[in-house]
Amino acid sequence: MSKPIGDIELQIMWNRLIAVVEEQAQTLLRTAFSAIVREAGDLSAGIFDRQGRMLAQAVTGTPGHVNSMAASVTHFIQHFGLETMREGDAYITNDPWMGTGHLNDFVITTPCFHRGKLVGLFSCTSHLMDIGGIGFGPDGTDVFMEGLYIPFLKILDAGKVNETLMAMIRANTRLPIDTVGDVYSLMACNDVGCQRLVEMMDEFGLSNLDELAEHICSKSREAVLAEIAQLPKGAWSNAMTTDGFDGPITLRATTTISDAGIHVDYTGTDPQARKGINVPLAYTTAYTVFGLGCIVASRIPNNAGSLGPLTVSAPEGSILNAQKPAPVCIRHVIGQMLPDVVFGCLAQAIPDRVPAEGTSCLWNIIVRGSVKGGQVGNYGFSMAITSNGGTGARPQADGLSATAYPSGVKGTPVEIAEAITPLIFWKKELRPGSGGQGRTRGGLGQEIEVESGIGEPFELLAAFDRIDFPPRGRNGGGNGAPGAVAIKDGARMFGKGTQLVRPGERLLVRTPGGGGLGPAGARDPALVAQDRREGRS
Amino acid sequence: MSKKYRPVRLAVDIGGTFTDIVLLAGEQRLVAKVLTTPREPEVAVIEGARSALAEARLAFRDIELFVHGTTLATNAIIERKGARTALIATDGFRDVIEIADEGRFDQYDINIVKPQPLVPRELRFTVPERMDVHGAVRRPLDEAAVSTIARRLGELRIEAVAVALIHAYANGAHEVRIGEMLAERCPGISVTLSSQACPEAREYERTSTAIANAYVQPLMAGYLRRLEREMGKLGLASPIHLMTSGGSLASLDTAARFPVRLVESGPAGGAILAGRIALEREERRILSFDMGGTTAKICLIDDGQPLKARVFEVDRQSRFKKGSGTPVRIPIIEMVEIGAGGGSIARVDSLQRILVGPDSAGAEPGPACYGRGGSEPTVTDADLVIGKIDPARFAGGKIPIDPGRAERALGAGVGSQLAMGPEQGAVAVAEIVDENMANAARVHAVERGVAIRERTMVAFGGAAPLHASRLAEKLGIARIIVPPDAGVGSAIGFLAAPAAYEIVRSQYMRLDAFDINAANALIDAMRREAGSHASAAAGERSVLVRRSCFMRYAGQGHEISVALPDRQLIPSDAALLREAFEREYQRLFARFIPNALIEIMSWVVLATTPTEPPAGLAAAPLRAAPAAIGERSVFDAALGKRICVPVFERRDLQPGSSIGGPVLIVEEGTSTFVSSSFDVGVDAGSALVLTAKPAAN
Repeated sequence: MSKPIGDIELQIMWNRLIAVVEEQAQTLLRTAFSAIVREAGDLSAGIFDRQGRMLAQAVTGTPGHVNSMAASVTHFIQHFGLETMREGDAYITNDPWMGTGHLNDFVITTPCFHRGKLVGLFSCTSHLMDIGGIGFGPDGTDVFMEGLYIPFLKILDAGKVNETLMAMIRANTRLPIDTVGDVYSLMACNDVGCQRLVEMMDEFGLSNLDELAEHICSKSREAVLAEIAQLPKGAWSNAMTTDGFDGPITLRATTTISDAGIHVDYTGTDPQARKGINVPLAYTTAYTVFGLGCIVASRIPNNAGSLGPLTVSAPEGSILNAQKPAPVCIRHVIGQMLPDVVFGCLAQAIPDRVPAEGTSCLWNIIVRGSVKGGQVGNYGFSMAITSNGGTGARPQADGLSATAYPSGVKGTPVEIAEAITPLIFWKKELRPGSGGQGRTRGGLGQEIEVESGIGEPFELLAAFDRIDFPPRGRNGGGNGAPGAVAIKDGARMFGKGTQLVRPGERLLVRTPGGGGLGPAGARDPALVAQDRREGRS
Repeated sequence: MSKKYRPVRLAVDIGGTFTDIVLLAGEQRLVAKVLTTPREPEVAVIEGARSALAEARLAFRDIELFVHGTTLATNAIIERKGARTALIATDGFRDVIEIADEGRFDQYDINIVKPQPLVPRELRFTVPERMDVHGAVRRPLDEAAVSTIARRLGELRIEAVAVALIHAYANGAHEVRIGEMLAERCPGISVTLSSQACPEAREYERTSTAIANAYVQPLMAGYLRRLEREMGKLGLASPIHLMTSGGSLASLDTAARFPVRLVESGPAGGAILAGRIALEREERRILSFDMGGTTAKICLIDDGQPLKARVFEVDRQSRFKKGSGTPVRIPIIEMVEIGAGGGSIARVDSLQRILVGPDSAGAEPGPACYGRGGSEPTVTDADLVIGKIDPARFAGGKIPIDPGRAERALGAGVGSQLAMGPEQGAVAVAEIVDENMANAARVHAVERGVAIRERTMVAFGGAAPLHASRLAEKLGIARIIVPPDAGVGSAIGFLAAPAAYEIVRSQYMRLDAFDINAANALIDAMRREAGSHASAAAGERSVLVRRSCFMRYAGQGHEISVALPDRQLIPSDAALLREAFEREYQRLFARFIPNALIEIMSWVVLATTPTEPPAGLAAAPLRAAPAAIGERSVFDAALGKRICVPVFERRDLQPGSSIGGPVLIVEEGTSTFVSSSFDVGVDAGSALVLTAKPAAN
């Protein structure tokens, strides 16, 4: 038995582990093909111990991925067994219920060996823009319509690529160049993480991660419990209605704070829907605990220990615990509402720490169409142009304009979107007056106009929400402006489902503004004047 | 002039508080430190140069090389003291700098505050026009709209304009036309075009870079032209070279056009010095710590080479987090910089927390102890009250300072609000600023994934040797090198910088359709252009040309740099390049993608004078330490109490001598405080080497 490691060394090694996964994520960002990964950061990366406990995650990345990927590594271990794993192996799945909630996310897990011993696992996931089927939209009525379904499989066998599987993937996507390239990129980022871990273990003379893992998990758990101990105890309920696909959907939550932790139960939530806006439980859990973490434990690193005291349940068959073969392609639209649903509960317990409702879900402009001239390898274009509305007003400050929350995904530069698609953006600007009024104001949404640049029609795979039910203000604050989708100077379009934009037509997208907090009359007159001068109100 | 003084080289570094001067005449090195004169920085430059030249019995006309660096541009951005700047953007894109990347730099903190754009919304104008991604005009420029804006700019008393249009990197014609119209209609306004300041795709970073350039340009160009004129009048015959953020020299004309490239020029000189100090001493892993009057800079240097980057964030907000600053896309030596210098102002916030910086009292009014009208307490005031500064020796005795004023300011600004005396207030201020710097260093090291403890610190800049011991204690660093003339370290580094010029030019080429003739023609033209710029600053030194290109797999968004052979390309080089790309790709990212298409995005030619590695140092024979010149009472933070420490004169300390800490070593430009955790020796290169005492258990 080696001598116990000092607290300071453990602290340094913990920091180093966070740096290792950050480098893992940077590798994924820098080598990715899909723009939604390389420009917008729709990915996650983390390191796990032999029990499947997440020890560190990259801060680069998006919460829906991180916390659901955390659960998926346990499934990999159960399915394959640690004892069968060899150096150079890597495993893959896109099972929505075992991975991160829809077929478009590939999860790759790589066992990491140090001096011949399996010491931990690296896992990563990123969003593949097209995996065949009906495409990245909500129109499917079961998961089988939504694309190629990859069960738990080996993608690398002792360093050798599974060419059969690669050929299947290549043949089942409209974007074979990007999709195959991204699989390589996912494999590479785990390899880089593993190299760095081995270097770190050599440097600190570690033969395993056990003591470090214990330290990270117990310290984090204690820290979260200490934060929870300071909160009022009790149960608070909240409901939120969203647009849904073919009718409104109501989400109901009861949040119970006790000495043991915080539990969120979604009993009373509407049943799963006919179209692809349903959410597997892992994804429901991911965004729920992310929302809780932001309010009660924002300074504590995310890992199995800090996530432990935060638990979630939802009735089977509800839209927040959809059962296979429910369609789940755009599960993020409902899933990303959950931090705001939970904030509605917490606002009753700790009103001075909770913001008003924001846009919540990403307002990705998902487009598909043909290109002119010869294109090498891909079939037309498919792209999710990541875009955001305003966030809810915060107790001490206005909401953030055109900013993703709770998603950690970034916006797509117009100059990149136009390099990948034959579209022209005529406008992408803040939307004055869209922030909900209040003592603090909601963040502003955006106004975006897009047209085909080659005189061809293109498809909009709409997956928007908060059009019929805008972000609500709190404590007397006004609602944010509802979102809108239309043909400019023409017909209104549906918030969800595939629709055509014809040559010469301009697609007009107005992203929602965040809700306001507190009565508008209490706003600092200097800020009112500044909003007017700057054309924000 | 006697031959033995040749060559005569002058380096001047303007910081927010001090202007440092180094004059090399043959083997002789003269240094001076004078207060920066912010409204007319050339006044201090000339005053300092004049006194150094006089001491060496030389004149301005004897100077053969004049290298100049300055943090004026950085400080103008951090302190928001740049020009009243407007933006002209494409219609529909007024808010590019505010929409930014739509991200949050901290995932879990719902209370983040994003950086305030340098141009407020009411000064962002748009004009009807549009280029597409191929550089084709999709909407012609509405010149009437430009005229209307030009009138408004005059009415609004705008001093600088950034023009940043969509896809201007692909075709800058509309930007150029707007530039011409503005030059005609508002001749007093300085104009920056994004297609010239940063011809690269991604509108947010390009716009941000153009705005930052515009924001500092009136200040910088005005200053550089005045300096050129005044120095000319005094007889200076050599051209003035400017130190750039990338660590090489540029002409004054280039610098006046693109002052944003000077944002970190002083610190870049410091990094070059630290690299040479490391090479001389065969120290492989260095943490350079440069603390001046306004900011502190921390840079990681491995094997003598500072890390380079292509984007820099000025003025990171919350806890120095990546993504919380204003991005500028320029070649740069990578480092973190925070508002923590001798002049940083201390105050108490509503939560009764002591905050230090980022604002600085600078040189005017300066710290309270200067007695030049400053009443707010600063880090220098705290260092003085703690006892680390000998008032009689501050800046070689040229700047009189008054401990009484420092005490009163600390009492009023910090002590009274926290029910503590001036001394306790001083201790708290010093401790906070040291903790701030330690955190910045930790975050930077974590971003780079390196362990800080094993590094050797190289400490220079006027305030660093005062704070190095405490910072090292906090970071667990066991070895600190304080080079000779540490107070003017950056300026010394300037003189070791190569004369160089780098050109990056985008020209897309697929490797399976490799066009040798086109590539050779492009590189030849770049080689001629870069070579002539570099030769202009090279003097008698030879100029080498290095070629490289940025490559990626077709479909990726980020490129990696691959070296090209030092000769004309030949047809078989396509295979060579594929191999080199795959090798480099595998080195960086662990595995490459077999048989995927590869493309070249841009070509790079660097013309540079060679940098010879310095000779290593021999061990210095041991020698007895001289007598102390006195003693002072100093508060030692690690011990938590005042102690009496001997004071030594640095120039009395010969190579090979050593002294047990605690001790204070005073010199012209700074003082080195060796805390009770360290001993100090002098090496063969006359650097002070602080070594941690063995732990007392």
